[in-house]
Amino acid sequence: MSASIPFSAQLINLFAAVILLLAFAMLAQRRLPQLINLFALQGGALCLATLVAAVTTGQVHLYYSAGLTLALKVLLLPWILHRLVRQLKVKGEVEALINIPTTMLVGIVLVMVAFNVALPISELSHTITRGTLGIALAVVMLAFLMMITRQKAITQVVGFLSMENGLFLAATSATYGMPMVVELGIALDVLVGVIILGVFFFQIRDQFDSLDIRHMEKLKDN
Amino acid sequence: MISVSGFLGQLFAIALALVLAPLLSGWVGQCRAWFQSRSAPPLLLPYFMLQKLFNKDVVLAHNASSLFRAAPFLIFGCMVLACAIVPTLSTDLPFAPAADALALVGVFGLARIFISLAGMDVGTSFGTLGGRREMLVGFLAEPALLMVFFTLAMIAQSTSLATIVETLAHRDLVIYPSLAFAGIAFTFVSLAENARVPVDNPATHLELTMIHEAMILEYSGRHLALIEWAASLKLYAYSCLGLALFFPWGIAPGDNFLALVAAIPLLLLKLAIGGAFLAGIETVNAKMRIFRAPEFLGTAFMLAVLGLLVRLLLESRV
Amino acid sequence: MDFFVLMLAIPLASGALLTVVGERDWAPNLNIVASLGTFLAAAGLTMEIVASGPRFAFGEQFFIDSLNVFFVALTAFVGLTTSIFSGPYMRNEAEHGRLSKPRLRLYKSMYQIFMFTMLAALTTNNLGILWVAMEAATLTTVLLVSLYRTPASLEAAWKYFILCGVGIAQALFGTILLYFAAERVLGESGNALLWTHLIDVKGQLEPTIMALSFIFLLVGYGTKVGLAPLHNWLPDAHAEGPTPVSAVLSGLLLNVALYAILRCKVLADGAIAGDFAGRLMIGFGLFTLLVAAFFLSRQKDVKRMFAYSSIEHMGLITFAFGMGGPVANFAGLLHMTMHSLTKSAIFFAVGHATQKTGTQLMENIRGLIRINPLIGWGLMLGTLAILGMPPFGVFASEFMILTHAMKHYPWATPVLLLGLGVAFAAIFGKVQPMVFGETEARRLPHAPAITPVFLHLGLVLMLGLYIPPYLARWFQEAARMLG
Repeated sequence: MSASIPFSAQLINLFAAVILLLAFAMLAQRRLPQLINLFALQGGALCLATLVAAVTTGQVHLYYSAGLTLALKVLLLPWILHRLVRQLKVKGEVEALINIPTTMLVGIVLVMVAFNVALPISELSHTITRGTLGIALAVVMLAFLMMITRQKAITQVVGFLSMENGLFLAATSATYGMPMVVELGIALDVLVGVIILGVFFFQIRDQFDSLDIRHMEKLKDN
Repeated sequence: MISVSGFLGQLFAIALALVLAPLLSGWVGQCRAWFQSRSAPPLLLPYFMLQKLFNKDVVLAHNASSLFRAAPFLIFGCMVLACAIVPTLSTDLPFAPAADALALVGVFGLARIFISLAGMDVGTSFGTLGGRREMLVGFLAEPALLMVFFTLAMIAQSTSLATIVETLAHRDLVIYPSLAFAGIAFTFVSLAENARVPVDNPATHLELTMIHEAMILEYSGRHLALIEWAASLKLYAYSCLGLALFFPWGIAPGDNFLALVAAIPLLLLKLAIGGAFLAGIETVNAKMRIFRAPEFLGTAFMLAVLGLLVRLLLESRV
Repeated sequence: MDFFVLMLAIPLASGALLTVVGERDWAPNLNIVASLGTFLAAAGLTMEIVASGPRFAFGEQFFIDSLNVFFVALTAFVGLTTSIFSGPYMRNEAEHGRLSKPRLRLYKSMYQIFMFTMLAALTTNNLGILWVAMEAATLTTVLLVSLYRTPASLEAAWKYFILCGVGIAQALFGTILLYFAAERVLGESGNALLWTHLIDVKGQLEPTIMALSFIFLLVGYGTKVGLAPLHNWLPDAHAEGPTPVSAVLSGLLLNVALYAILRCKVLADGAIAGDFAGRLMIGFGLFTLLVAAFFLSRQKDVKRMFAYSSIEHMGLITFAFGMGGPVANFAGLLHMTMHSLTKSAIFFAVGHATQKTGTQLMENIRGLIRINPLIGWGLMLGTLAILGMPPFGVFASEFMILTHAMKHYPWATPVLLLGLGVAFAAIFGKVQPMVFGETEARRLPHAPAITPVFLHLGLVLMLGLYIPPYLARWFQEAARMLG
């Protein structure tokens, strides 16, 4: 049975599972600095998965991709986020709109949906790590859930970045990498996005005296 | 098909459990003290406690029913049975066909019901409180534990604990991501079931939030001794179960007596490490509010379900 | 010098230049000159393609054929007129104290970068780059929408970023799935995301994966098109950003996002048996049309109302492409053109009107025809055009869509008529008193640029009455490519 799966693929599967686990941990995490650390850990797991894929397939651009992930998702972005939290003096609590156990249950349902959606594809795949596609989709959905259930702008951004992690997982592990130029472009977009948002946070705080998006519900169709 | 050596092995495992269980409790207590920079109680403290309690007279409440008196024996019996089912040294257990992993959950459940009933029997407020909380914890922990077993059963294609452990111990080097999920969930459940720190504090019976100690406040003498012993046995059973399922190396495959003997030191070593690990968890974490316990166990349940799903997605044959 | 390289280089370089030199008196003119340069290059490129057929650029990374060159020409043209319009408009805003000099600098450089990302998205052959360019377009427009830095504009920009960020992430997942499917056929070369390679093997792509991929792509890029129920960002972004930005959002960005969907639809149609992609688009299109039409009547803010009108038209166009076939595709392309030109003209007029009256609330805008007859007439004619009154071009395209729907999808006709009817009543009832009514006026420090309004409306009128044969051929060719 499972013994027929090569060891490297098993490693990638393991890291994918860890990424999924961290996605749930992020959903359950109540404190903002820890949330950012979890995000960095998730990036680390992603980096390792990419690295294993790179070693297995010998594709050079996957090494770059892993390096990119390490630099961006593990080091730079968490650093920027931590700095933002400090400079903006955001309170450490993550405030959820729906209580956390309910969110987790919804999360489980989302994972089931994602796995179900991905199952037919997994069966068609010829890469050995086909299962990761379902996990990637699940991570994307969990990050999405985090974005819609959290009140702080900064948490939403962490959710957004976590979603990007899921997508990267899909790109690197399930398909063994998109063309390099695309990955570079994606990384650049993410980085620029975060920098823009960083500036944005200061504006939002100046205008609303808070980073709570509940204050941002003025625009409605009346 | 009960072989003689199998039968002997079974008896030996039970005897070992009875002897080792208080030692494990003592070891965990000692480690905890070390981690917290206190001077440690002696390793054999639980034995002294048991001896002391067995020598004391039983004081019964006036309105205690026969259930109150029978409960300690029932609970103790349940735990001994549990220890007998769990493959500690060998997977060749004559008792194993009688009860699979699901029955084990049932055995624990039976013990829980009796201890809760006994807690409520006398009618003190603490006992009732403890009984209710115990049922709450159990009601949440049981499904999680079942989910863990389902995941494992899917890997081994059997719900028999012996078969599961045998499959896991004799696999090639295969990474099961689902096992990681199941392992974490199992740890969570064990902490809650054994009244360990994030959920309950075993070292106190003076807190308003206590669970286990609240139920047994009225017990004394040999009854209390049996319950304490049963608690140690429960911890031992859970520890051995965890070790057998997630670190199954070194468990004797069949009726090989030499392998059985060789398995003992390894088991001791694994238990020592496991106990220290448990003490570590208890030191690092603070006891959570009782209202958080559902969330804690909900997380365990979720992890177990995730393990199951990951098993289905990643590891299934195409 | 290659027209294509010029067309991409001019906006990129001028964007950088405008950042460096900062806000000067001549900066708006530089903005216009750059847009003119881009337009001329695009026109040159169009001639080249019409004369000598499709071509590649930068290896195979960029590809221009009759489908996207049509969008390129439209984008460059609207980009030019919007830059002309924004000159006096932004000066007036600065005089009113709504924008500081650094903001004006940000506006102009981002405007050029935005044009660059649009043109790159339109011309790229690589579906991955298409995604990157779309995301970059989102980022630049987020900055443009939040230009005023008022609470409302920040909220709109935030909503825009989060919703489109999520949407575009779905599109990326769709792209990854597409790559996943293509890799099985094309191998692990870098070609598996190149559209020209994909189109050759579209019949071999795995239908299950392609179906899922198309759903993600449709939802993802559909968020940017403004398809309901993911349209929430659109009215806010249009209402709270500066008016030129509203004009390019409605006139260009929505088109480009729809273009991305069309490219993917061609692949999905090739891979999936039956009319899966088309049906999805018909469903989304009709739903969007209805939702937008019913929201239209509740609007108080003039820019919001026209934003909903854009959503409505996007729904109609999506529906048209969903029906497929040469006629419906032709009608869809024509309608996209008409909508772009008309809607940007309307936003120009609305921009001047709101500047004159100092409010975006429709109940406070009255008697435009007295304040400035040209703006008043511009808005009135633009409204009539967008509502599909003959002889404007929108009438022709809507008529074609309707007749085609009657023939092939008769059940959809009442829905279409209902949506269009409700929209007509809502918009006309609100614009009429804005144009004809009593008011007291005040003069603006900088005379508004009326030319773009009438230039656009003139074109729409002309296309309604007479489509030049070369343009018709070109449309037909593009429509045929869409299958």
